[in-house]
Amino acid sequence: MSAGLIYAATGCLLFVLGLGGVLLLKALLRRILAFNLMGSGAFLVLVGLAQRDGTPDPVPQAMVLTGIVVAVAATALALTLARRWHALTGRDDIARVRDTGLQIRRKANDRRKAAR
Amino acid sequence: MTSNQWLPLAVIASSLLPGLIIFALPEKRVALRTALNLAGALAKAGLVGLLIAGVAAGEEYGLRHAIAPGIEIVFKADALALLFVTLSAVLWLFTTLYAIGYLEHAPHRSRFFGFFSLCVTATMGIAMAGNLFTFFVFYELLTLATFPLVVHRGTPQAMRGGSIYLAYTLAGGAALLAGIVWLDHLAGPGEFTQGGLLATIPGLDPLTLQLIFALLIAGVGVKAAIVPLHGWLPQAMVAPAPVSALLHAVAVVKAGAFGIVRIVYEIYGVEFAQSLGLLLPLAIIAAVTILWGSTRALFQNDLKKRLAFSTVSQVSYIVLGVALFGPLGTIGGLVHLVHQGIMKITLFFCAGNYAETLGIHKVSEMNGVGRRMPLTTLAFTIGALGMMGAPLTAGAVSKAWLSDGASAAGMDWAIWVLWGSSLLNAAYFLPILHRAWIKLPPPDWPHEEIHPLGRRETAWLLLLPPLFTAAMTLGVALFADSSISPLAWARLIADREYLNMAE
Amino acid sequence: MSPLLDPLAWLILLPLLWATLAFVAADRHGPALALAGIGAQLLCVIALAGDVASHGSNGHLAGGWAEPLGIRLVADGLSLVMLLLTQGVALALALYARSYFSRATPPAFWPLTGFLLAGMNALFLSGDLFNLYVTLELVGLAAVGLVAAGGGAAQIAAALRYLLATLVGSGAYLFGVALIYGSYGTVSASLLGTLITAEAPLAVWLAGGLMLTGLLLKTALLPFHFWLPPAHGGAPAPVSALLSALVVKASFYLFLRLWLGPFAALTEALPGLAQVPAALGAAAILWGSWRAIRADRLKMLVAYSTVAQLGYLFLIFPLLGTGALALQAGILQATAHGLAKAAMFVAAGTLIKVGGSDRVLGVAGAAAHLPVSLFAFALAGVTLMGLPPSGGFLAKWLLIDAALAAGQPWIVVVALSGGLLAGIYVFRVLRLAFRRPTAHDDVPLPQRPAALLEWTAFALAAGSVLIGLGAAPLLALIAGVQP
Repeated sequence: MSAGLIYAATGCLLFVLGLGGVLLLKALLRRILAFNLMGSGAFLVLVGLAQRDGTPDPVPQAMVLTGIVVAVAATALALTLARRWHALTGRDDIARVRDTGLQIRRKANDRRKAAR
Repeated sequence: MTSNQWLPLAVIASSLLPGLIIFALPEKRVALRTALNLAGALAKAGLVGLLIAGVAAGEEYGLRHAIAPGIEIVFKADALALLFVTLSAVLWLFTTLYAIGYLEHAPHRSRFFGFFSLCVTATMGIAMAGNLFTFFVFYELLTLATFPLVVHRGTPQAMRGGSIYLAYTLAGGAALLAGIVWLDHLAGPGEFTQGGLLATIPGLDPLTLQLIFALLIAGVGVKAAIVPLHGWLPQAMVAPAPVSALLHAVAVVKAGAFGIVRIVYEIYGVEFAQSLGLLLPLAIIAAVTILWGSTRALFQNDLKKRLAFSTVSQVSYIVLGVALFGPLGTIGGLVHLVHQGIMKITLFFCAGNYAETLGIHKVSEMNGVGRRMPLTTLAFTIGALGMMGAPLTAGAVSKAWLSDGASAAGMDWAIWVLWGSSLLNAAYFLPILHRAWIKLPPPDWPHEEIHPLGRRETAWLLLLPPLFTAAMTLGVALFADSSISPLAWARLIADREYLNMAE
Repeated sequence: MSPLLDPLAWLILLPLLWATLAFVAADRHGPALALAGIGAQLLCVIALAGDVASHGSNGHLAGGWAEPLGIRLVADGLSLVMLLLTQGVALALALYARSYFSRATPPAFWPLTGFLLAGMNALFLSGDLFNLYVTLELVGLAAVGLVAAGGGAAQIAAALRYLLATLVGSGAYLFGVALIYGSYGTVSASLLGTLITAEAPLAVWLAGGLMLTGLLLKTALLPFHFWLPPAHGGAPAPVSALLSALVVKASFYLFLRLWLGPFAALTEALPGLAQVPAALGAAAILWGSWRAIRADRLKMLVAYSTVAQLGYLFLIFPLLGTGALALQAGILQATAHGLAKAAMFVAAGTLIKVGGSDRVLGVAGAAAHLPVSLFAFALAGVTLMGLPPSGGFLAKWLLIDAALAAGQPWIVVVALSGGLLAGIYVFRVLRLAFRRPTAHDDVPLPQRPAALLEWTAFALAAGSVLIGLGAAPLLALIAGVQP
């Protein structure tokens, strides 16, 4: 059980680190990586607690497998969006984006004009 | 469904169905729209006649429908309901005719008449509501249906008037809802019961009941334009004259006053209300409103605004009648509900005639209008005399009963209030009459749209309704003692209310 | 009933099927597939309703495999109400989107909608916490995809913000599930309801907090609402309608289930805890209404209105102890709001499409040429204001009744004020519509809109009003749910 407890503790740590990363980092790619860290933390907790009385418990392992698939899909979507965003605006963060959208369009237009 | 059940529904449907169809009609189908309007109005009048005959004979008409556990829509066409229903149905007929004439060639008539019909539907629902829930549903529907009418012209002033109207009525609605749910929580569904529902339920905390009363009266008082909740009424004068007529004589203010009647007589019961000490504050508020409204009217140059403040004052006669403990005061208040409606609608019809025919909006422009439009001014004079309580008019009858009721209830000061108000009424109506009949007309009118054709001073549809209602003003007074007058009906209601009490 | 014909399974399978087909086939087949599919789903729900009405609830083991490895689907009165709402609104929106996107459909709109519906149906039918996580993610990713589909930079930014928020929310949820499994060895919601007591270890309290907070993030309750206005306000009208009417209700439904089910013992042990969502809800009502009153663009106004209306749903939590009233109020409000908000976005979409301007001022004079859309907007507004005879009014009545019964009069004040504030922003639009157009805001009409565009809005709005008149069966369904 103690090995499982170490895994679980590490998982908690990873989760907190990942959460902090998503909330506090600016660059999109890093935030996506931080999200993956969060997921890994949760999976580690599940796997770590998956040993009951010495015999491995298949249910959390099945859950982790499912979770990995979901995380891959989410990461793929996030990366696609981040790439699109970069292509449209040349930026790699979404800080200080106001909801009117006018600012973005203006900045994108300025960039295009400067590139010519 | 027995005939006792579908008859109230039919009364409501007689204006709802034409209204819905009219919404869908294209603008240019004038004949069809007129036919629908009139058919609905006549059908309603006929159905109401059936109801009156039945209720006078002691029949009971009503319908129940459960929406959720403990929440029901209840219709109850009893004697009190019929007082309001008849007033609305008869005056709607005249207002429809008038509106058809007034809005000839105006834009958006389908929309106007559609909402017009919805307005009357809501009023019927308010009149025949059998419990507070149903009353509230139709009360708010009335707010929603009247808003498009107030802002019909689409001008900035109209929008402003509409916003103020909404602010007051929605806030009042919130207060009313709070009171109704609180009451429902304490005492179960607020069914209108002859003799008062709360009087039959023991063990209720008096302070809570007084608070609820304040909330309820504040809620309905907005529409009844009691001071200080009356601010919307003068602002709503931006609406076309048929709307003002409807709002002030038939639908909105009467709905508020009717609500006060129902709450005092059939939720609290007049004796129970007296024991809670609720009637005296109500009487004082009514008195203040009566005097304040009349005083403000003195200083208005705009004719419709002067009439608006006059309404503020006159509707509180009804509230005063309700607050005077005893059958005489009750009769006075109830009969004034009808009489004020008839008189005020006459005045508004005439004001609309002056505006439409000659472009007159202000009192100062009315010099000599009696020569140019004698019949209209005759009707106006009769209405004004009624407001003053001159003999042989409807107003005199109401005032007499109210005064008797005041002394019977031991509130002699109210008699002074009534006399003071009559004097003020004279003070702001007599100068108008003087101007109209005695003074010489100006070289030309502000904006003469309709030119005289022989003896016909303005369009027939604009001329006939005020003449009819003016005749009614005299008729209900001259024939007050007959068995089919509003006074007789009011006495019937008071008999049943106080008879219940005495048992 | 033979497992092959079990409506529970088909409710999830059907949308997956037609979404995949729509993805593979050309864009122009999308609407037909969607309409056929959603129609069939609606029939499944009706069949399910028959089952639930007679047996109280229904269950289905996917593949016949027993728990805990197998997935159990379960339906009771509450899930049925949400399923009905989802299928009904989705059908109307599919009809609308078909006409709205007549020229240029955003890529993958139809497949994404199908996956969204599959996820939502699965969410309403799942009985174990982990499967709920999967469905939450499916719904979230599909919704993000819809927000971003075919949009410009603003939509991508909104989608990214939404995605990060939703991933944090479900990440927290997943972590909570992990802690729960570690403590009890099961993720079945019904079992956990009996296992979790007030003396649960700290890990369980932590799990509860994480899961519920994660769901609040997904439901955009203040202060987690920052992602909603850009996402709902910037997307095309059918997408905004789907999101505001349905998606946020899914996470609210889950929050409610967890509060009343597995974590019931915890929430009852700390009575003050229920005041937190209620206080946040009250703040949401005030803040959201204020932003809606000040909004410059029409869809932003409606989106901020969603933020405000979601606050109402959370007012019920301090009142859940006093019988079924509060629960009925909350679910009725969710249903009525779903219908009304969909109607409002649909009407706004038509107004913007025809008028050519997406600003609130662009509505001026619309009463003349778009009366049906405007009437639909007005009816929807009546529900949001809580005026009779609508579903919103009945929900407000029940809420006030429940608040008085529980001795929480401040909720009454909040509910009534919220109605008045909603009146301000609804009538802001309606007044403009009645205004006589001046020379400044005369916008030329490109073409008359397809009748379907206007009448779907009207149908949805009429639905939200009719619910107020015939709510008895709905309330009976909700009352049958064990709190």
